[in-house]
Amino acid sequence: MMRFSTLVKHPADWMTGGQGDYGAVLTSRIRLARNLRKHPFPGWAKREQRTAALDLMRPAVEALAPMKDAFSQELGDLTSVQKQVLVERHLISREHAARGDGSAAIIERRQTFSLMLNEEDHLRMQAIRPGLQLTAAYDALSALDTELENSLEFAFDPTLGYLTTCPTNLGTGLRASAMLHLPGLVLSDQIGQVLQAVNKIGLAVRGLYGEGTESLGNLYQISNQSTLGESEETIIRRLERVISQVANHEHNAREKLLEDDPEMVADKIGRAYGVLRHAHIIDSKEALNHLSLLRLGGTLGFFPSETVVLCDTLLMDIQPAHLQLHSGRKLSPEERDAIRAEIVRSSLLSLESPDNRTISNDGKPPSTPTNQGDE
Amino acid sequence: MKCDFCESKATVFLTQLVEGQMKKVCLCDKCAKERGVTDPTGFSLADLLLGGMPAIPGAKSKSRRAAQGNGRKCPTCGFTLEDLQRVRRFGCADCYTTFSEEVSAMLRGMHKGTSHLGKVPEGLMALQVRNQRLEELRQRLDQAIATESYEEAAGIRDEMRDLGEVRS
Repeated sequence: MMRFSTLVKHPADWMTGGQGDYGAVLTSRIRLARNLRKHPFPGWAKREQRTAALDLMRPAVEALAPMKDAFSQELGDLTSVQKQVLVERHLISREHAARGDGSAAIIERRQTFSLMLNEEDHLRMQAIRPGLQLTAAYDALSALDTELENSLEFAFDPTLGYLTTCPTNLGTGLRASAMLHLPGLVLSDQIGQVLQAVNKIGLAVRGLYGEGTESLGNLYQISNQSTLGESEETIIRRLERVISQVANHEHNAREKLLEDDPEMVADKIGRAYGVLRHAHIIDSKEALNHLSLLRLGGTLGFFPSETVVLCDTLLMDIQPAHLQLHSGRKLSPEERDAIRAEIVRSSLLSLESPDNRTISNDGKPPSTPTNQGDE
Repeated sequence: MKCDFCESKATVFLTQLVEGQMKKVCLCDKCAKERGVTDPTGFSLADLLLGGMPAIPGAKSKSRRAAQGNGRKCPTCGFTLEDLQRVRRFGCADCYTTFSEEVSAMLRGMHKGTSHLGKVPEGLMALQVRNQRLEELRQRLDQAIATESYEEAAGIRDEMRDLGEVRS
């Protein structure tokens, strides 16, 4: 079986592949909730019942072809730092990390699939893809789900669909979401308007780490709320349409900012570069906000396009648990800020000063560097 | 400002868009905790607003409420109506049958619709048919053994084995 250190050694493809769509869409995620028909739901089950459900599910999941040699651990066997690292990578939920024996996480080697066993529901299955690929992620996960049906009997009602612990997930049990980087909309003060419009059509907007979290680094998650009364395809198609529209707005906002106020853009990106290159103490919030601007610079041609990937990798690496894992010991918040600054400085060592030619002359970038990447 | 659910001072203020409309809820510490508002992973204001959860003072004292005969109970898992009102979640798949009325009330306005239109487990129907058949055979087997009709029993066992029943 795969060791924890091997699992987290490298960032997953999906963490660093979101350069398409002007880099506005980082990742697409699909989650499906399923429960066993004959077992009480995890939150209500007694200890032995939870274990019995786990003993039934775990071999079934491990036997799935894509889960060959997967990382598979009961949560009680992981340290709190290890669990937190998985949360920071969006591989398990915060709620799941709080659990111990009787719950497990099974994560595919490339981290594109992760399955939580005995979370709020018996099974919470997730697929992640870089960029805007909700349909591809759903198709892959649905195939996994169909394969599991051969060995597990899921709770299903012809009218209510898949039965879930919480009625907010009934029906499809589907939560489709995308992580968006929207600095252009934030800088041009249009973000509130856009997000409100998104909300109005029944979609939820959240911060970097889900419900109740603050939006840091101009990162936003958009997801469906309704799971019943529409097919998976309908839900996903609407979401994809809305997300590409938001990405488009972001693109336009960036173009307009460059045209109207190139000095301001160059100043923000330049300052972010300066701080990140030279700070010795930096907290998570400050780092994320500056990395956001650096990333923006990467998509606007101020920096080489690989800078976007670099920023996306750093986004994970500077999170508290990742820092502790990196240092191999518990760190005080002060120590974390120092080590974070050190990691950022060394990662950006070879990054040259922003190329301000992009905004000189007529204020327009020389080529169309906003659409780099091969998504 | 007062809590929307009791007379205490409100300390938790929530604003969320539900069905495109801005909704506000004010809660005191205790009510916020009871309703899972402080648990950021599991809370949706929509549940609170649309579920119409009644604020029953002292709803926690199980025995008293049960004695009043208000508490229905899921025969499969023992989950009660009170548990449902407290956690807004269910105990097992059968709870959806036990509390079907409450389910309909909770679902009002929660989703785009009230009937499932998505994926249906492929093997589900076949599996249900098979399980029913197995249950039938099991009963016939018991009967055959009871009446010492061993030849028939052997035949039933063969059929059960064909259906994939491992134990005899």
